[in-house]
Amino acid sequence: MEQKHKEHSVLAEAFNNNEPRVNWHDETLWWVRQKRDKMAWTLPEWEELREAASQIKHNVLGNLHDYLLAFEKNAIANGAVVHWAADAAEHNRIVLQLLQQQGVKRIVKSKSMLTEECHLNPYLAEHGIEVVDTDLGERIVQLAKEPPSHIVLPCIHKKKEEIGDLFHEHLGTPAGNADPKFLTAAARLHLRKEFIQSRVAITGVNFAVAETGEMVVCTNEGNADMGAHLADVHIACMGIEKIIPERKHLGVFLRLLARSATGQPITTYSSHFRKPKAGQQVHIVLVDNGRSRQLGREDFRNSLKCIRCGACMNTCPVYRRSGGHSYHNAIAGPIGSILAPNLDMKDYADLPFASTLCGSCSNVCPVKIDIHQQLYKWRQVLTKEGHTKKTKAAGMHAMNIVLSKPGLYKTAGGVGRWVMRTFPAVVNNGMNPWYKQREMPEAPKQSFADWYKKNRQ
Amino acid sequence: MSREAILAAIKKNQPATQVLPDLAGFSHAGPGDPEAFRKVVEALGGQVFEITSFDEIQPLVAEHYTDVSKVVTINPAYFAGAATQWQEGDGRQLEHVDLAIIPGQFGVAENGAIWVTESEIEVRVLPFITQHLAIVINKDKILPTMHDAYAYIGAPTTGFGAFIAGPSKTADIEQSLVLGAHGAKSLTVFMIG
Ligand code: SF4
Repeated sequence: MEQKHKEHSVLAEAFNNNEPRVNWHDETLWWVRQKRDKMAWTLPEWEELREAASQIKHNVLGNLHDYLLAFEKNAIANGAVVHWAADAAEHNRIVLQLLQQQGVKRIVKSKSMLTEECHLNPYLAEHGIEVVDTDLGERIVQLAKEPPSHIVLPCIHKKKEEIGDLFHEHLGTPAGNADPKFLTAAARLHLRKEFIQSRVAITGVNFAVAETGEMVVCTNEGNADMGAHLADVHIACMGIEKIIPERKHLGVFLRLLARSATGQPITTYSSHFRKPKAGQQVHIVLVDNGRSRQLGREDFRNSLKCIRCGACMNTCPVYRRSGGHSYHNAIAGPIGSILAPNLDMKDYADLPFASTLCGSCSNVCPVKIDIHQQLYKWRQVLTKEGHTKKTKAAGMHAMNIVLSKPGLYKTAGGVGRWVMRTFPAVVNNGMNPWYKQREMPEAPKQSFADWYKKNRQ
Repeated sequence: MSREAILAAIKKNQPATQVLPDLAGFSHAGPGDPEAFRKVVEALGGQVFEITSFDEIQPLVAEHYTDVSKVVTINPAYFAGAATQWQEGDGRQLEHVDLAIIPGQFGVAENGAIWVTESEIEVRVLPFITQHLAIVINKDKILPTMHDAYAYIGAPTTGFGAFIAGPSKTADIEQSLVLGAHGAKSLTVFMIG
């Protein structure tokens, strides 16, 4: 069988060749996870909020047909043009056509994981249109000719020295300058020029409100607003699952999103786009691309509740130590591993095995998706469909490599931290052959080397 | 073209409906705490000044900004000698604005966000394109949480509105926090009351 890419196990092993890098990646994402915890714990009603969010999203799944119609009607009444795309190819064609109508060759785009999923940028490039990604992290990976490795922190796999080199090459910053403040200022100047010249802006959508036909876009940088407000044509691309019923439900989701994502109380900008500004065109592209199929899979439909906060990635011991690119899918990590097999079972059969099923993802998810249970269920489905012969063994092997690197943690305190990060949730739920061999270890007093020797079978 | 097919597939596949949760338990009867609001704005990298009259704004700007010459205000009473007729154009005319002083409708104590709409700012891009942003809000217009915020806003009346919480920022380079990504590099809140 011809594979388009290497499997997660192979890619994860390669990522683990650079041990200081892996350790940095691991610790940095764990630090983001801890910021999330601190924020969550400041709200006594945190668990009720998660429950409410999950219930709202469940209601959306059960009424998606009607909510989409209501959204469409209200958006049109607001002055927008609504397009429907069955798959990535149709989405890309619609966007291309809109751009060709405008006669533009270079446009700005703010973060949209959907356009990543649809591979919009390379498609437009083939047709002679250059897309400038304006989220700083996305611009960095774009200059490096790589995809984002994380849905919220697109270049979390890159060190500042590499970014300094990229900026030196592409933006003419002084060689060897890797100061984040300096590099950010340089990117600001460079991207301001792009915002000013661009007549069309593409943005993603965080929430689309059926009741009002408005779209809410959340950023910290302000890039979605800079692009959309200066453009003659604003194209907003969204998966059909982004719909929420009423405006007041935004209160629940905006309280959860940034706290879960980065441990901020809210993103800097939560922009509510309802009507085009005078003289502007707004186009909304509603994209299915497998979502209606996932809706029909009882075991997996909850994955459509995802609000793309990234918390499940930050907490995942496998993601942290294998890197986003090892998932060879636009959306990495635990949630990506549930969404991807819906798109192509054979191609993504390895991903549900890229997990210890520890359950930490489900514990942090702001909309209470049963992520680890869905991963387990995908394993059953994929095995039954005959996609997993090699994958299972390779996955086990990868787990051992990814999770057994002693790294820098040779002090007792360091080991305790390593154990906490590596086994973020103590769930021996009997679902997982890898887990069967291990119990949550006590934070040991001896050195890691001793502890590890004793604990490996 | 695909509209009917997508809708039909959804109708066929969507699960049984489930009722929406009651959000009443999340709302608060009373006002929000201005002190809590101030603390969050400061934690987000903004600064808050309590004032009793608009006359205090101009001296505070002179004292706290060193790189401001072109000032745009919504209300002439905020700042004497501010630019006029800045509204004309597609937004690009504001590229070189150093400081925009705009009114906000209310602040949210739990997260430092301020609700700003098109009807006050006149040109949508203004609070984003300006190098520095200052927002004037009434001290008695602080609400506890986002639930209270949406209850207060009610049905939308303008084409665009945004919650703005602190200055524009990014941590994309090795998670080092840098203020001033693409939007305003700083945020000052004047709380009047
Ligand atoms: S699955 Fe949950 S935790 Fe993961 S990105 Fe989506 S909402 Fe966040």
